[in-house]
Amino acid sequence: MNLILFTFIVLLGFTSYYFGRKKAYTIQSTKKRLTALPQFYGYYLAIWCAIPAFIIFSLWAIFEPTIVKLLVLSDYSNQGYLDDELNLIYEKTKALSRGQFTGEITPFIEASAEKYLSLRSIAQSSKVVIVLSAIIASVAYAYKRISSNSRTREPVEKFLNAVLFTASLAAILTTVGIVFSLIFQTIDFFKVIPLFDFVFGTHWYPAKAFVRDSSEALDPSMYSDTFGAVPIFAGTFFIAFIAMCVAIPIGLMSGIYLAEYASYKVRQYAKPLIEILAGIPTVVYGFFAALTVGPFLKELGTSMGLEVSAESALAAGGVMGIMIIPFISSLSDDVITSVPQSLRDGSYAMGATKSETIKRVIFPAALPGIVGSILLGVSRAIGETMIVVMASGLAANLTLNPLESTSTITAQIVVILIGDQAFGDPKTQAAFALGMSLFLVTLCLNIVALRVVKKYREKYE
Amino acid sequence: MRKNGVKMIKIKAKDVDVFYGKKQALFNISLDIEENQVTALIGPSGCGKSTFLRCLNRMNDVIDICSVKGEILINDFNINDKGCDVVRLREKIGMVFQKPNPFPKTLYENVSYGPTIHGIAQSKQEMDEIVETSLKKAALWEEVKDRLHEPGTGLSGGQQQRLCIARAISVRPEVILMDEPCSALDPIATAQIEELIDELKKEHTIIIVTHSMAQAARVSQNTGFFHLGQLIEHGSTDKIFKNPDNKKTQDYITGRFG
Repeated sequence: MNLILFTFIVLLGFTSYYFGRKKAYTIQSTKKRLTALPQFYGYYLAIWCAIPAFIIFSLWAIFEPTIVKLLVLSDYSNQGYLDDELNLIYEKTKALSRGQFTGEITPFIEASAEKYLSLRSIAQSSKVVIVLSAIIASVAYAYKRISSNSRTREPVEKFLNAVLFTASLAAILTTVGIVFSLIFQTIDFFKVIPLFDFVFGTHWYPAKAFVRDSSEALDPSMYSDTFGAVPIFAGTFFIAFIAMCVAIPIGLMSGIYLAEYASYKVRQYAKPLIEILAGIPTVVYGFFAALTVGPFLKELGTSMGLEVSAESALAAGGVMGIMIIPFISSLSDDVITSVPQSLRDGSYAMGATKSETIKRVIFPAALPGIVGSILLGVSRAIGETMIVVMASGLAANLTLNPLESTSTITAQIVVILIGDQAFGDPKTQAAFALGMSLFLVTLCLNIVALRVVKKYREKYE
Repeated sequence: MRKNGVKMIKIKAKDVDVFYGKKQALFNISLDIEENQVTALIGPSGCGKSTFLRCLNRMNDVIDICSVKGEILINDFNINDKGCDVVRLREKIGMVFQKPNPFPKTLYENVSYGPTIHGIAQSKQEMDEIVETSLKKAALWEEVKDRLHEPGTGLSGGQQQRLCIARAISVRPEVILMDEPCSALDPIATAQIEELIDELKKEHTIIIVTHSMAQAARVSQNTGFFHLGQLIEHGSTDKIFKNPDNKKTQDYITGRFG
């Protein structure tokens, strides 16, 4: 029913567009000057047709269930039920009305189910009536305005402005919502685990929290030495560091090659090929690291008499570095290419060679942008999950040996949230605390990166 | 400059053809450039005068699809020869561009750029001297001597162009090529640059491409007129402007086309 109504509104919207435009042509044929191009008349009518209808439609969708529930449950209001019990009754009612009820059917619930169904059908029909009358009223109003040739361009432009504003607002509100959901859980977490223990504790062992019997009262002391985040922060930065050791030199050099040395033909093929690397799903990198690179490193290490874990930070970091290469090479290629040709000419005309020009003029000029691209690469490295989960293990060792396994913030969040979770448990909340700290770290990095890039832009524009 | 009444020829171009891919941009250009004089190259847009200028320090090498044929003798040495060292050539032949293009470095680094890459200065003190004399010759020293370590991009357009001239003369080139050096500047800055050109010709041979007929008349001793990739006429500026042989030259100079 909703779908039919929805389609109907959309169709009406399109139809009114054509009517509006036709009206404009009619006005034009009377030698009157239009106040806007004919399609604006169409848009104007279509907007007036569809928008009020959609607003009523969505308000209805939001409030109908609540109102129906209130009315159905009003029968039980004086019988001393608790809220939870009322909710249960309502769920039973709904199930029964759908014919999916399997428990014992009481006359009370049967009566409620009937009431529920009749209320729903009243709601449906009144919705259709109200939406249709809204359409008729608003279209009539808009058609009158069009006929009197009043302005249509400004309202349409304003409407588009509002639509675009809503879109960006939605993106911003989502971000805010996510941050808030993180904040509240994080605060709950720090009520049990002292912030100091989290930030400076050197022992991360969330599995310990599994053994708690959830019926027991929460005893914070049992969590001491469980949620010390130092090892996983260290692991995160360590693996990111290894990744950047791979990605920065290779990415930068290939970026410079593409921008300055490669012929047009080579560049035409090489650039998309490098960018394909960015399109490979990280889980594929993950099993490449876990099944190919990890065992290879272990064998190599063993043959050299080193003890290498099959899941090593080196394997994860190295493969992560390869994943980041296209970001750095592509961005630095763009930055270098956007250095004005006049600077290159100036340097060549002084007798500088290509490499001198790159080293002394182009690289310094592009440096802010290159730093920006590197920082974006770093925040990707820090946020990367799959490769670490698959290739570097889940044990949060505090180590600086790249041949041992270590773990990162994101990998630990995965560990914590896989399988059964009890909400309100410090173990689950730890994931939020980790997520929050990760968010703060990458946020800072992104702010720095954006600032640097902005500073670079000011220089040439 | 005449020694014992004989013109000293610095650059001798013989039958120069230039191609951009398959398109020919210059046809059979032969032109002699006199030493320590200012030679102006004039002509309508796209006539090839800048292309010719860029042949003289082989800046066309930078453009992949560009190929140059013919002989260009500088001090009787053909720079289109395989044995020509482009780095040395460009040390001897400086260039100033249409749009001021100081490097995004300090003023000092801008001027010391050439001497550094050619290893001219032996000590910091010597470098300081080179920077000072170059800036003085470019008539910029008084304006910037207190802020040598600020970025060169912070100067005004005219100052930036003089900085670029200082950069070009820092390696004591024998020839300076100027590609419409004043087209991005206001009249006052233009006048300063023109004055400077007059001064510089004592020590350097100057070739200037310009769109402004008045400028060509003011600053140059010799003029070459290009049209559609051909050198239509060349000779002393006086003659070209007052009594040209060719009808096209006459029309261009009097503003009838171009």
